[in-house]
Amino acid sequence: MHFGLTGEQEMIVSTVRSFVETEIQPHEAEVERLGHVPQELGDEIRRKCIALGFYACNFPEEVGGAGLSHLDFTLVERELGRGSMALVHFFGRPQNILMACEGAQREKYLLPAVRGEKLDALAMTEPDAGSDVRGMKCTAVRQGGDWVLNGTKHFISGAEHADFVTVFAATGVDETAKGPKKRLTAFLVDRGTPGFAIRPGYASVSHRGYPNSILTFDDCRLPDAQVLGVVDGGFDVMNDWLHGTRLTVAAFCVGRARRCFDLALKYAAERHQFGQPIGRFQGVGFPLADMVTEIDAADWLTLSAAWRVDEGLPSNREISSAKLYASEMLARVTDASLQIFGGMGLMDDLPMERFWRDARVERIWDGTSEIQRHIISRDLLRPLGA
Amino acid sequence: MKVLVPVKRVIDYNVKVRVKADGSGVDLANVKMSMNPFDEIAVEEAIRLKEAGKAEEVIAVSIGVKQAQETLRTALAMGADRAILIVATDDVHTDIEPLAVAKLLKAVIDEEQPGLVLCGKQAIDNDMNATGQMLAALTGWSQATFASEVKIEGDHAIVTREVDGGLQTIKVTMPAIVSVDLRLNEPRYASLPNIMKAKKKPLEEKTPADYGVDVAPRLQVVKTTEPETRKAGVMVRDVDTLVAKLKEAGAI
Ligand SMILES: Cc1cc2nc3c(=O)[nH]c(=O)nc-3n(C[C@H](O)[C@H](O)[C@H](O)COP(=O)(O)OP(=O)(O)OC[C@H]3O[C@@H](n4cnc5c(N)ncnc54)[C@H](O)[C@@H]3O)c2cc1C
Ligand SMILES: Cc1cc2nc3c(=O)[nH]c(=O)nc-3n(C[C@H](O)[C@H](O)[C@H](O)COP(=O)(O)OP(=O)(O)OC[C@H]3O[C@@H](n4cnc5c(N)ncnc54)[C@H](O)[C@@H]3O)c2cc1C
Repeated sequence: MHFGLTGEQEMIVSTVRSFVETEIQPHEAEVERLGHVPQELGDEIRRKCIALGFYACNFPEEVGGAGLSHLDFTLVERELGRGSMALVHFFGRPQNILMACEGAQREKYLLPAVRGEKLDALAMTEPDAGSDVRGMKCTAVRQGGDWVLNGTKHFISGAEHADFVTVFAATGVDETAKGPKKRLTAFLVDRGTPGFAIRPGYASVSHRGYPNSILTFDDCRLPDAQVLGVVDGGFDVMNDWLHGTRLTVAAFCVGRARRCFDLALKYAAERHQFGQPIGRFQGVGFPLADMVTEIDAADWLTLSAAWRVDEGLPSNREISSAKLYASEMLARVTDASLQIFGGMGLMDDLPMERFWRDARVERIWDGTSEIQRHIISRDLLRPLGA
Repeated sequence: MKVLVPVKRVIDYNVKVRVKADGSGVDLANVKMSMNPFDEIAVEEAIRLKEAGKAEEVIAVSIGVKQAQETLRTALAMGADRAILIVATDDVHTDIEPLAVAKLLKAVIDEEQPGLVLCGKQAIDNDMNATGQMLAALTGWSQATFASEVKIEGDHAIVTREVDGGLQTIKVTMPAIVSVDLRLNEPRYASLPNIMKAKKKPLEEKTPADYGVDVAPRLQVVKTTEPETRKAGVMVRDVDTLVAKLKEAGAI
């Protein structure tokens, strides 16, 4: 066993950290105030990221990516967690699911996404189908050799900037012993396709500059060429490519927690009350001890889950443990750090209140904490026949 | 033309330096170490010369502990072509003195025959500001210190220097030793492809004995102390009060 980073990994971490500190952090407060990332700023981050060779670094070399391992990519994501979600969106990491592109789809979607010429988004969630993906009401029906999509998706991140969206729709129902089960298919839908509209979503307490959108499909007609993967193979595409997003959430939470902790630690050492640094009071020093312990634990849990994926070991349970623990750890760390700042922690002069708000969504998206516990407990109990 | 860039592994500029309890120096055990920031600027300038077609090869050299390998890998990841590590001590607290470093660099120069040496004006650990100058003396080459601009024109270098009174531009004959200042350029981040390539670039390991240089210390550190903590200041109402206070203190 060896717990150190390699020389390359150290350099990757150091480059991404410097990038976040100089290219991302100075713009965070403005983006938070505006509620969106100005186009020029997003483009500039994207351009610099491309020049650095980090754009789409999660993709294999044969399609133009950097071919990073899951572990290396997790380190990148962890450093990005130190920056605002809205801005690091432009430090492009297209959805891995695009690797399912075949034939002409590669030239039209996969390669431009990897080159940073096209931005993508992923749409599964609907007003009536969140955790229960299979319950989706969006349908794609065969009509005159085409597919006709109808339905609504909501909470879709990055859609406002997206050139195309990977959309899941129900394409049939199987009658099973446990009742009817929908078959899903993934489609690539270009912005501007007739019948497809992207509308602003809700104002969220977390990641204010990173809006969510509502997507509507009103008799949106798509040729067969837009099917990603195979018809009725939506779940396979999802399982093959989307497990990694839970890891990125975990890694992001660890990076964010470190940044938050660093500020709280410094404040505890510098802020004096009752004639001494507040960190000397156990009431402040002990929470710091708990925080760093939990951050380290989440860090190792996440890195080891990524390592398992690279090694081809079973990792579904471990990835869920990492996502669950890291996101819940971040909630505790942001709260305890804010507390150390006293009243100033609540004020938007400092980033603490933003970290505290941002942390809330991490326990909800990419599978709620309850869904992670469900995955973990089923993984443990199913083999026992329970 | 080859460009030689000496790089030093020093305590990271973000680290809060702590003096060792026995006053023998600064505590370097388990502290983050990085490339001396001025050397990063020198590496950047050398790579830019290569990109502009003024240099063919950039060679980074480091002298010190074995861990300076990491510093050299950083230089390689930025874009240097190859590296030479001279392992001169195995104790992280031993600083190889400027004269020994200059002698070793002179030996490397004799072997490599570079047309230009770009070095940091000083290392941020003990701020000696001596190696470049000593190297120029040992080689008999032209020297231009504190560069804020470097232009290569044929067999001359036009160097703008940051001097106390402002800027001074001089023309020196190559080969030359140029020590670089803060405003010369902004070093690049190591790009991901270059980080991946760095491992495959040659890194040669040597010892001072290979060059017949004695690195035994000639200086003795008598004592290291923390700078005096600044006393609390006073807030003044306006400029008039400030001037009065300064007069009172005999400062003006
Ligand atoms: C800001 C934001 C951005 C998002 N971006 C995207 C995106 O880009 N693309 C996309 O497709 N989706 C996106 N989502 C959707 C996100 O993945 C869902 O919000 C999430 O899956 C939960 O679904 P839901 O909100 O409908 O909650 P529900 O599924 O309705 O859950 C409500 C509550 O019930 C609990 N619950 C549900 N089922 C169970 C169960 N079996 N056992 C125990 N408890 C259960 C949940 O844990 C939760 O507490 C985004 C969400 C947010 C908030
Ligand atoms: C919205 C708002 C409105 C307010 N309105 C008013 C008002 O109208 N009038 C007014 O006078 N004040 C007001 N306050 C100030 C409020 O009472 C202070 O914020 C509070 O007393 C904490 O002080 P502080 O923010 O300076 O934090 P600090 O005292 O600096 O505390 C920082 C951290 O150190 C901890 N700490 C400090 N000492 C100890 C110790 N001995 N042992 C353990 N832990 C310790 C604290 O619990 C905290 O976690 C307001 C504050 C806010 C946020």
